[in-house]
Amino acid sequence: MFAYIVRRVAYALPILIGVNLLTFYLFFVVNSPDDMARLHLGVKRVTPEAIDKWKAERGYDKPLVFNATETGIGRISETIFFEKSLKLFAFNFGHSDDGRDISHDIAQRMVPSLAIAIPSLVVGLLINITFAMLLAFFRGTYVDISGVILCVVLMSISAMFYIIGGQFLLGKLLRLMPISGYDIGLDAIKFLVLPVIIGVVSGIGSSSRLYRSFFLEEAGKDFIRTARAKGLKESRVLFRHLLSNAMIPIVTGVVVVLPLLFMGSLLLESFFAIPGLGSYTIDAINRQDFAIVRAMVFLGSVLYIVGLILVDITYTIVDPRVRLS
Amino acid sequence: MILPVILWTDALIFLLVAIVTVFALYARGKPHLRAPWRHVMCSRLGSPALVVLSAYVFIGLLDSLHYRPALENSDDSAQTHYAVEVLSVLDTLVGPLRTQTEKTYSAPFATHLYSRETVRHPDGSQTREYPRLEYGGRHLENPAADARADILQRSSVALMQALVASLAVLLLITLWQARRRRQVFTSTLQDILALRTTVPWLIFWITLSVLLLLTFLAINLSTVYHVFGTDKVGQDVFYQTLKSIRTGLIIGTLTTLVMLPFAIFLGILAGYARGWIDDVIQYIYTTLNSIPGVLLIAAAILMLQVYMANHPELFETTLERADIRLLFLCIILGITSWTGLCRLLRGEALKLREAEYIQAATAFGVRHSKIISRHILPNVMHIVLITVVLDFSGLVLAEAVLSYVGVGVDPTTNSWGNMINSARLEMAREPVVWWSLLSAFLFMFTLVLAANLFSDAVRDAFDPRLRQR
Repeated sequence: MFAYIVRRVAYALPILIGVNLLTFYLFFVVNSPDDMARLHLGVKRVTPEAIDKWKAERGYDKPLVFNATETGIGRISETIFFEKSLKLFAFNFGHSDDGRDISHDIAQRMVPSLAIAIPSLVVGLLINITFAMLLAFFRGTYVDISGVILCVVLMSISAMFYIIGGQFLLGKLLRLMPISGYDIGLDAIKFLVLPVIIGVVSGIGSSSRLYRSFFLEEAGKDFIRTARAKGLKESRVLFRHLLSNAMIPIVTGVVVVLPLLFMGSLLLESFFAIPGLGSYTIDAINRQDFAIVRAMVFLGSVLYIVGLILVDITYTIVDPRVRLS
Repeated sequence: MILPVILWTDALIFLLVAIVTVFALYARGKPHLRAPWRHVMCSRLGSPALVVLSAYVFIGLLDSLHYRPALENSDDSAQTHYAVEVLSVLDTLVGPLRTQTEKTYSAPFATHLYSRETVRHPDGSQTREYPRLEYGGRHLENPAADARADILQRSSVALMQALVASLAVLLLITLWQARRRRQVFTSTLQDILALRTTVPWLIFWITLSVLLLLTFLAINLSTVYHVFGTDKVGQDVFYQTLKSIRTGLIIGTLTTLVMLPFAIFLGILAGYARGWIDDVIQYIYTTLNSIPGVLLIAAAILMLQVYMANHPELFETTLERADIRLLFLCIILGITSWTGLCRLLRGEALKLREAEYIQAATAFGVRHSKIISRHILPNVMHIVLITVVLDFSGLVLAEAVLSYVGVGVDPTTNSWGNMINSARLEMAREPVVWWSLLSAFLFMFTLVLAANLFSDAVRDAFDPRLRQR
C-alpha cells in the first residue's frame, strides 16, 4: 500500500507540471509581461525604464518558457515559467501583483471557507442520507414517487435562485439573520447560518436522488433477501445491512470532494460577502491578478489529486474486498 | 427585401437539426433503434417533457433565422442598403414586444411607471406623480377602474380560443388513431381519455392544451400590456426571456456537439489501443480535469476579449461579436466537460475489446478501423446519448453562474444569466423589482425541469441494466 501511494504521488508530478504549463500559456497568450506592467503602473507616463524596473522587481524580466541565450540546463531554468513554478511546488506562492503575500492570504481566508463548507457538508449529508433512506424504505409507493419528483424539481432550480430567494425571504422579509457579511470569532455564526442553510437546501435534490439509487442497488441484492428470510426486523435490515453497504459509494463520493472544500464556494462566498477563498478567486479573476489565479489553480489541482488518492485508500478501509496493487 | 444572415451558431444549430432528422429517418426503418424511443414516448413523465422541450426548440429555431432588413432608399441608387441591426424571425413575429419600450421599470400589467416623475401640466403647474406608460394599457380610458375588467375579458377570450384549439387537436389525434387502429371513433376516444393507449395521448393532449392556453394568453395580453413588466431601460421582460431561450438551448446543445468528437474518438482509442496511447490520453484528461473549470473558462474568455479588441474589423455587427463569444463559450465549456464521457467510453471500450464477437472479428483479420466503427461505436452509442441528454440541464444552469462571475455570454446577449445578474441588485429596491427574476426563473425552471424529466425517460429506455429492474 505504501508503494502504491508513493507511485501515485510520483504520477501527480507530471500532471501538476501540465496544469502549470497550461494556465501559464493561457495567461501569457493574453497578457505579455509588458502589458501587466502597464496595467499596474497606470497607462499614462509610463517609461520603458519603469516597465523594466517593475518586471525586474517581480521576476518577469526573463523569457517565458525557453531561454535561447543560456546554455545547457539554463535554457529551461532561467525562464519565468521555471522560476515561478518551482516555488509553487514548495507551496511558496510568492506575492500577488499588488504586493501581498499570497500564502498568508490563503491561510487566512481558508478559515471562513471551511466555516461554511464543513457545516454544509455534515448537515447536508445527514439530511440527504435520511431522506434517501426514507424513499428507499417506501420504494414503489406514492411516497417514493412524489419524493423523487420533488428531488427533480429541487434539482431544476438554479443555485442563484436559492441564494437570492433565501436572502430575500429569510434576510429581508423575515429579518431572521443578516443578508450578508462576516465577522471574526464566534460572532461569525449569525452570518454563517443563512449560507449553510442555502448550501444544504440547494444540494438536497441531486444528492438524495443519487443516494436513493445507491440504496435501491443494494436493496435488490441477495444478502438483503437472506437477511429478511432469516427473520430480521425491517429496521435491522435497513440500518445494519442496507445502510452499511450503501455507505461505500456515499463515503467515497464525499472523500473525493473533501480536499476541495478548502477552495470554498465561488457563488455562496461572493453573494454573502464572506472573505473566503472562493471570493478571493473571483476577485483575482476580475482584477486579472495572475499570481493569485495561478496559485489557486495549483492548489485546486493538488487538492483534486489528493482527493483521488484518498478515495483509493478509503476503498480499502470501507470495503475489505478491495486491495491496492 | 431582406439580407439573410447566417451566424456561426445558427449554422451549427441547423447542422444539428439536420443530423437529428437524418438519424430519425434512418431509425424509422430499424426496429431495434425505434424501440427505446417508443419507450420514451410511452413514459408518463417523458412525453409531456418532450412536448415542452419541442415548444422551446421551436421558439429557439425561429430565433435562429436571422436577417437584416433593407433600409428605405434615400438617394435613388440601385444598390439597397441594409440595416446594421440583425433581426430574427421571432423578432418579426412578436413585433410590438420588441419596439414598445417604456422609459424605465414598470410592474407586470402596470399602466403607470414604477417611479415618480415631475409632470408639467398645460396650465403651468408641476406635480410629481406616476406617469402613464407609453404602451402598457394605453387603450384604456380610465386605467384604475378598467384594467382588471379588461385583463379578465382578454383572458376569457384567450381561454375560449385555447379551448377551441385544444378540442381541434383532440379531434385530430383521435381521428388519426382511429384510422391507424381501424377502430370506431368513439371507442378510440374512450381509450385515449381512459389512458388505455400505449402512448399516453391524454397526457400529450393535456400538456399541449396548457401550452396552447399560455400561447393564446400571451398573444392576447402581451400586445397591450407588459405581462412580465419592463426592465431598467424600459424593455419588455417577456421579450427578453423569449430571446433567452435560444441562448440557453445553444449552450446546452452546441457544447455537447463540440465535445462529442473529442470524447468519442479519444475515449474509444484509449480503451481499444491501450498501452502508451492510453497513458497519454489518460494524462490529458486527468490534467484538464484537475484544473478548476471556472478558472479555465475565465482565462479563455479573457483571451477572446483581448483578441476581439485587437481585431474589430472581423466583426461587422455587434450581434456577430456576441455570437462568436457565445460559440467560444460553448467550445471552452465543451473542453472542460468532455473528460467525464471520455472516461466512461474508455472503460466501456476496454470491456468490449475482450468480448467474444470482437475477438472473433480480430481473428478474421478485420481492420481496426472497421472493428471500431462497426462493432464498438454502435455498442457505446447509448452511453453517449444518455450523457448528452443528462448534461443538457447542467449546462443551462451553468450559463447563469458563469454570467454572474463575468465570464459567461456577452452582456448584450439576452440570456437568463444576464437577466438574473442585473435583477439581483434590484431586490434591494423599495418596492422590490421582482418581475425580471420571476420570469427568468419560470422559463429557466420549466426548461430545466422538462430536460431533467426527459433525460430520466431516455436513461430508463436506453440503459438495459435499469430496464430489467
